[in-house]
Amino acid sequence: MSEALVASQAPGTDIVAPGASGARQFWRRLRAQRAALVAAVVVALLVLVALAAPLLTAIEGQDPTTYHPSLVDSARGGVPVGSFGGTGADHWLGIEPQTGRDLFARLVYGARVSLGVALAATLVQVAIGVLVGVAAALGNRWVDQLLSRITDIIVALPLMIMSLALLAIVPSSFPRPVLVALVIGLVAWGNTAKIVRAQTLTLKQLDYVSAARLSGWGTWRIARRELLPGLAAPVITYAALLVPINITVEAALSFLGVGVKPPTPSWGQMLTAADVWYQAAPQYLLLPAGALFVTVLALTVLGDGVRTALDPRAASRLRVGAGRKQEAKADQGGAR
Amino acid sequence: MNGLGGFLLRRVLGAVVTLFAISVIIYVVFYVTPGNVAQITCGPRCSPAQVQQVAEQLHLSDPLYVRYWHFLQGIVVGQDYSTGTSVQHCSAPCLGLSYQSDQQVTRLILAKLPVSLSLVFGAMVLWLILGVGTGVLSAWRRGRLTERLLTGVTLVGVATPVFVIGLVLMIVVCGELELLPFPQYVALTDDPEQWAWNLLLPWLSLALIEAAAFARLTRASMLETLAEDHIRTFRAYGVGERSIIGRHALRGAFAPVIALNANNFGGAVGGAVLTETLFGLPGIGQEMVHAVNVVDLPVVVGMVLVIGFFVVVANAVADVLYAVADRRVVLT
Repeated sequence: MSEALVASQAPGTDIVAPGASGARQFWRRLRAQRAALVAAVVVALLVLVALAAPLLTAIEGQDPTTYHPSLVDSARGGVPVGSFGGTGADHWLGIEPQTGRDLFARLVYGARVSLGVALAATLVQVAIGVLVGVAAALGNRWVDQLLSRITDIIVALPLMIMSLALLAIVPSSFPRPVLVALVIGLVAWGNTAKIVRAQTLTLKQLDYVSAARLSGWGTWRIARRELLPGLAAPVITYAALLVPINITVEAALSFLGVGVKPPTPSWGQMLTAADVWYQAAPQYLLLPAGALFVTVLALTVLGDGVRTALDPRAASRLRVGAGRKQEAKADQGGAR
Repeated sequence: MNGLGGFLLRRVLGAVVTLFAISVIIYVVFYVTPGNVAQITCGPRCSPAQVQQVAEQLHLSDPLYVRYWHFLQGIVVGQDYSTGTSVQHCSAPCLGLSYQSDQQVTRLILAKLPVSLSLVFGAMVLWLILGVGTGVLSAWRRGRLTERLLTGVTLVGVATPVFVIGLVLMIVVCGELELLPFPQYVALTDDPEQWAWNLLLPWLSLALIEAAAFARLTRASMLETLAEDHIRTFRAYGVGERSIIGRHALRGAFAPVIALNANNFGGAVGGAVLTETLFGLPGIGQEMVHAVNVVDLPVVVGMVLVIGFFVVVANAVADVLYAVADRRVVLT
């Protein structure tokens, strides 16, 4: 009985409700933005490449870790033999200088590391952020004060510096990609917690939450059943913006030599030595740099699109369902 | 004035409390790791005798709060360290001794600090000029080709990691075109011209990335101001577009830009670490990467504290500027 009552009063007008209709509306609004749509396709392709990495390299007949010493000219310091850095039917994108490892294989396996670490880190950030944020908003004054001050301090700590420092003390036996994801996640949940706390405080005032409380629901049940759905929109929006940042941080840490370590391939790590080889094997620099650029750009544009699609005020400008011309116009105004 | 004075006092006190809390958290995180703390602190290359010495220096047999108290004492009043044969006095603010070189961490940081400060503050001037300039230009030419081009360029800036831009700039400008020599740090006090000339490329690399966020913010807040009623009134009075953009709309962007500059400061320091490593500049960032690689924990902890100090100070300064710039801000 009480559940039916609460359900009938549920979602407020300003908050995009999840569930079937909410998801459909979200897709419609996302599709209405041309740039976001293109970015979504690119991201989908990248995910596909990452998932299919073993398959793709099997078709090529290579793997990312085998050395090919016969293919590099050791007399000239390890320059790849052959034109275009050893590009050919066997090695589609050439080989790595000195080691002779296959670049295509390292690039597609690098996509796995890059996307996997970034997504895992984002999940950790969101999980901690939501827990701390909701707890601060629902707890008593002291809990809120304590958690909010801790959050402020976490926000004040620079992400790169803290990740760098934390990576120094963890034993190297730990699997490196998991470690990097955990470290990034543990350092940078502060802003998520702040957003979640603010949103929960707003939701707490709404009638349907009061109704749930009056009908005798416990705090935990209210948090799970009534508050979490209302938090979905802001959390998804912020998480979408976190993913490209996390990709950059992983690449940066690996570039510095403290993130993902060889033989596991990572785009940032591939760039560490690339400046020495740019004349002999330009693709050794251009491929990982380009992959990073395209990935971060696509994820950033997609994140902007997600924000527009979930923001009721911005989305109303999209005029979903109107003619194509109008959609394009709305896209230019709303996507930024 | 009383309100502002009280606000300043509260802000400074708040910053001190935050710094204290940061030092506690960092101390706990780094010195209360499971396993043999002395071995981890000393690093994998230490001999058993050195590990024993570290264990004594860290007072590992004492309870945690006593150990932290020693650490804090070192920062506030200094500390004596026995380095095997002799006793070395480490004056306040003492951040301990490096286990790799036996050097005092404070001295190590002070020696590297000018490089990093040169890099960050030079780049900051550039990114504020570039970012705000781009933002003003695209708000002014809104809806035209210029704005679309600038928006595209800005998005590229947002999406490119600093070490990729830096790598490309270095290869094109120093390697191929040979317009500049490969950067080598020259101290400002030695030769100001060479200092600026050598730092130009690192500044540009760091500034181009940071400027993008400022361009987006400036444009957005100017467009917001331009849509307000008082701007329409100015227009109705016949105030020129240049004056509206340059004076009235820009004023609306001032406070958000200050806030972003403070918020981004920590990120910019992270970018500086990458820039220093890429260009081989002997600053704090490069030293920290080295310390992380050889697991020199006192150096790592010291650097994190010093960088945290700068970030907290930057935030406090921004809050004060914010309050002074925009009198509508309620001082609490």
